[in-house]
Amino acid sequence: MNPLPITEDDLNGFVDGTLTPERHAEVSAYLDAHPHIGRRIAVYGEQRDMLRDAFAPVMDEPVPTELDLSRMIEERRLPRQAPRWAMAAAAVLLLSVGAAGGWSLRDLSPPTSEGVQALAREAAASYATYVPDQVRPVEIRASDRDVLAAWTAKRIGRPIGIPDLTAAGYRLMGGRVVPTEHGPAALFMFDDDRGTRLVMLARPMKADPALPMSPHTDGALNGFAWADDGLGYSLVGAVAPDRLHPLADELRRQIRSEA
Amino acid sequence: MGEARLSSKGDTVNHEMVRLIEPLIPALRRYARALMRERTAADDLVQDCLERAISRWHQRRPGEDPRAWIFTILHNLAMTRLRRSTQRPIHIGLDDADPASFASAARQEDGLRCQDLVNALAQLPDEQRTVLLLVTVEELSYADAAQVLGVPIGTVMSRLSRARERLARLMSADPRAARPSPHLRSVK
Repeated sequence: MNPLPITEDDLNGFVDGTLTPERHAEVSAYLDAHPHIGRRIAVYGEQRDMLRDAFAPVMDEPVPTELDLSRMIEERRLPRQAPRWAMAAAAVLLLSVGAAGGWSLRDLSPPTSEGVQALAREAAASYATYVPDQVRPVEIRASDRDVLAAWTAKRIGRPIGIPDLTAAGYRLMGGRVVPTEHGPAALFMFDDDRGTRLVMLARPMKADPALPMSPHTDGALNGFAWADDGLGYSLVGAVAPDRLHPLADELRRQIRSEA
Repeated sequence: MGEARLSSKGDTVNHEMVRLIEPLIPALRRYARALMRERTAADDLVQDCLERAISRWHQRRPGEDPRAWIFTILHNLAMTRLRRSTQRPIHIGLDDADPASFASAARQEDGLRCQDLVNALAQLPDEQRTVLLLVTVEELSYADAAQVLGVPIGTVMSRLSRARERLARLMSADPRAARPSPHLRSVK
């Protein structure tokens, strides 16, 4: 009985050592009988060895700390102990901002403006949709901050500063573009690794280009909204207003200083 | 909350994950390095991959091969980044881009040829380069490679043949031909 014809798949299998011993012997005999194909397959074998040699040194490198899997799992699981110095730094920062008049009660006014009320509603709706999402709370992660900045700037039509709350114990998770009644808005989400997530929403404010900061509340969800230079912002979270307010002030301070 | 769900039961799961995934990290770094060509970008990719793996570990089908599973995550992330970077070429630092950093320095004359090979590899289309790396360097079975790439085995085989043929062509004739044109640099 004639052996099965040799296929290209057999030749690849020969190079990769996946053939049964019988088939391997048949292919080997075939290659001996057809030297020009034999040469091609010898080159493929050499390619294989060289590729493996070329990348072998990576296997011997010590694995960098950032790729320590046990540590990564721990950090996700345990409530992060915010370093004392960070707390202290945040406190000092807030005190100095307070002393400079940046955050004080006189800055607060009731949300009379229609624009701020709409913004507050939109922020609360985004919070309700994305914060409980365990799979994909954000579309672009913090590690791709530049991509996030470029995307939101493009859709909103102007750059939106991405604030940093690490000194206050909140880490940027990432963000996305979300729809609102008033066009696309940028959403940035933060968390403190204890499951507390905050959402900042930003979009253009046509009617009220500048508004002082005002509180809004919706059940357990609290928020602070303001507008500066034609952009409206709202920071919302299931956090007491006296804890949220300094964070909102800090966001506004950073965004103003970036502008 | 997600964090609270992993308590004592989570510990067992985490131990299992560490036991199965940790030994694969050097190979993940190797595949990432071969694709990204630059250490920082490659390790960043692996970190992203591990983070995703941690959050998706519970979604894994029971008995699913962890190697094919995690290589799939890594591969998909790499393809997303590579597509993004071709739209917007990123500046590659000279030190980082030096292909000699891949070549084993053991034998000088082989080192040069090895460098040519790495350069030639970079000229293959992604679909050929990835299949060749997964099969030869990572030694995935054809079936696992098919799973990682999300294509039928027949496609793996035909891409593999084309990759080998093209790489041989780039490496034969004139070794200069295998040298890539100078790296794309962003003009600022």
